Amino acid sequence: MAFEPKNEQKELKYEELRIYTNEELNNYTEEELKNYKFKNDVPDMDELEKGPWPSFVADAKQEALHRQKLADDRLMTSKDAVDDLMGILQLSFDDGETHWKHGGIVGVFGYGGGVIGRYSDVPEKFTGANQFHTMRVNQTSSKFYDTDFLRSLADLWEYRGSGLMNLHGSTGDIVFLGTTTEQLEPIFYDLTHELGVDLGGSGSNLRTPSCCVGKARCEWACIDTQDLCYETTQFYQDELHRPMFPYKFKIKFDGCPNGCVASIARSDLSVIGTWRDDIRIDQEAVKAYVAGEIAPNAGAHAGRDWGKFDIQKEVVDLCPSNCICFENGELKIDNSECVRCMHCISVMPQALRPGTDTGATLLCGAKAPILEGAQMATMIVPFMKLEPPYDNFKELIEKIWDYWMEEGKNRERLGEMIQRVSLSKFLEIIEVPPAPQMVKEPRSNPYIFWKEEDVKGGWDRDINDYRSKHKR
Amino acid sequence: MALSTGNLGSYNPDKPQEGRVTDLGPRHFWQYFPPVIKNNYGKWKHHDILEPGVTVHVSETGDKVFTVRCGAARFITSEMVREICDIADKHCDGYVRFTTRNNIEFMVDSSDKLETLKQDLQGRKFVTGSYKFPIGGTGAGVTNIVHTQGYIHCHTPATDASSMVKAVMDEVFGEFTGMELPAKVRISMACCLNMCGAVHCSDIALLGYHRKPPIVDHEVIDAICEIPLAVSSCPVGAISPAKTDDGKKTVKIKNERCMFCGNCYTMCPALPLSDKEGDGVTILAGGKLSNRMSMPKFSKVVVPWLPNSFPRFPEVVQNVRKILNAYSNDANKYERLGDWAERIGWEKFFEKCDIPFTEHLIDDYRLAYDTYRTSTQFKFTQAAWDVSKAAGGIE
Repeated sequence: MAFEPKNEQKELKYEELRIYTNEELNNYTEEELKNYKFKNDVPDMDELEKGPWPSFVADAKQEALHRQKLADDRLMTSKDAVDDLMGILQLSFDDGETHWKHGGIVGVFGYGGGVIGRYSDVPEKFTGANQFHTMRVNQTSSKFYDTDFLRSLADLWEYRGSGLMNLHGSTGDIVFLGTTTEQLEPIFYDLTHELGVDLGGSGSNLRTPSCCVGKARCEWACIDTQDLCYETTQFYQDELHRPMFPYKFKIKFDGCPNGCVASIARSDLSVIGTWRDDIRIDQEAVKAYVAGEIAPNAGAHAGRDWGKFDIQKEVVDLCPSNCICFENGELKIDNSECVRCMHCISVMPQALRPGTDTGATLLCGAKAPILEGAQMATMIVPFMKLEPPYDNFKELIEKIWDYWMEEGKNRERLGEMIQRVSLSKFLEIIEVPPAPQMVKEPRSNPYIFWKEEDVKGGWDRDINDYRSKHKR
Repeated sequence: MALSTGNLGSYNPDKPQEGRVTDLGPRHFWQYFPPVIKNNYGKWKHHDILEPGVTVHVSETGDKVFTVRCGAARFITSEMVREICDIADKHCDGYVRFTTRNNIEFMVDSSDKLETLKQDLQGRKFVTGSYKFPIGGTGAGVTNIVHTQGYIHCHTPATDASSMVKAVMDEVFGEFTGMELPAKVRISMACCLNMCGAVHCSDIALLGYHRKPPIVDHEVIDAICEIPLAVSSCPVGAISPAKTDDGKKTVKIKNERCMFCGNCYTMCPALPLSDKEGDGVTILAGGKLSNRMSMPKFSKVVVPWLPNSFPRFPEVVQNVRKILNAYSNDANKYERLGDWAERIGWEKFFEKCDIPFTEHLIDDYRLAYDTYRTSTQFKFTQAAWDVSKAAGGIE
């Protein structure tokens, strides 16, 4: 299956887009780097250069030196941006408190999201990092890139920003850290006109949807996470850029129940690929696993001697729904009892594969603690076929949004609203019938909120009629 | 076509709407797939981990793609991006990918290319000695720590993120480059309860935490905040309207009600609560979000507070090490940290990890009762004897 983009994609060539010459890109020697000292005295930063794990400080030092050696007119923001950021970080360590001010409403014209204003509260000390706004750039699905694009981003952000970024932020976007208000529009202009890429979401809007590696490089992807993510992002551009919701709304796509983008823990709408037919079994490969010819779990446990692979102990006994047995050299699965947990498949990826009648399970309402405590997503739709143009999926999204925009309080995530109005009410609104799959167990308290229409004769009764049978 | 230069570049502030392009969304993914990915999209059959950090995916067409996963700091510079591009150009036809956990993945389509790629990556170090591209993060090991901005860019953190992650990853470097644990261990870090990275379902979660109620900036609160909004922002009703002695509108805080979530500060900048002595780190453990075997579960608070010992956080590092070691020594193959804790019982978890159980670990928030033990089924550990002694049950 091939996906040619619907809209024509401008081909990007770094050689045509670049800002810096090769001489400018290689403007310092290793010797100079060894001897480079940050402009400010930052003893804790020096300490953080030690140790085997990649040091963000050592990296920052490369960028700091590179900036210092560029000509004045080759940077549109301060040469000292990186040096001063390290200075602010050291000061924060010394004080045990952050030195970024609360707030700072900045953005690009017509957008309510994608830019996060940030000002230092010690501007006179660290002038180079006084204004240090963030811009979120919408990542491509699954975060694959080519070097033409990445090098162009690097030049753009070095020239007009601090040269510091996150690859990637938690929401999924490429996060550009540190520019001035004046540079926001020029950066946005070049992002859209030259690089054909847009800002992501921030604030009370749809946040940049994200997905796992999916069918690009995983045999377990039951849905096209990349295409779904791209289509959802494109279709809801308005919701992504213009805050219209009570609070943030995150949609994330996992290709299978292993959940590599963690959608079940952190998205208001979690889409998890699954299948409804039988797990495919290659009995020859099962035998090879049993004979020790193939390492279990794709070799994930190779670092320690766990002994010979024991299919009974490692697969059959660990099946959460006890639906597997291994008899006479054959693996049998009672698929009607299977809860599709992925364990057997993960242990024997060459022998077992998800079925071929695939779709997704939809869950709602995950979030981190603020405000009402952490929530995991609740199973809402057991199975939904997801094929382009995904109209069934969009219809459900819009039903959810319509109700949440009407009923949700300021800063109330979807999961919190569902708790407040009740899951039953939410299901009624989105026109999904209740099912035992939605709960771990039925309620143990009998405080059932019957509605008036549930009860024959309604709730209005005549006290005189009652008294005719019952004396006061 | 070229990126613009000069202060405002191609942007014309006098005619901001002229030719403006908006809402074009992200770049399409298809163009960024290496040919072997494009040719085998949706056709992958199985995969193997050849060694820590190195995987091979095999397609129904017979094609193979070899991936080398490298750890990276999430905080990265243009200079570093260029070096990543140099590697991708040299070995991977100019393609590269990043993972959800901030690893960098370089892909090649043959095992010959794999060896030279690996050698190149292992040889690259910062001048001060740190690896630039350590290979690992697969299988039964620790992968990269996902984290938030901390003091580098956030206005509400209770601790720093990048430095804590560097300190912890230096400590667990062997677990990153190896696969000797019973199952994967996901460590995550967030610098306040907003948990921008949503770390609440991690095997080990490190969480910045405030312990002092907000200070009220009476001078400006009426001017910069909507007081009713500040009052209603508190989930436990600890904030109420008040007046200063000179008659200005302000709020008062019932300190004993505050559980230090910081939501008030998010809504109202005149209510800061960060504090050098008050702020610190909470450790949670035993969460997971995969549906594999057991259902997804939240991490539980196991260490209520540790000091912010910048820049190396020795107390945090030591506790992570204790938990990892106890788990590694005791858990069964495939058993995630939380599943291990549940199997042996949390009372044994504290004993085996040598972590003290304090009053702060007993839930006293909403739904706390759900976590109380309403059974005589428990295991005797030293903690049980200490309680029995204190209650006069034994000598």
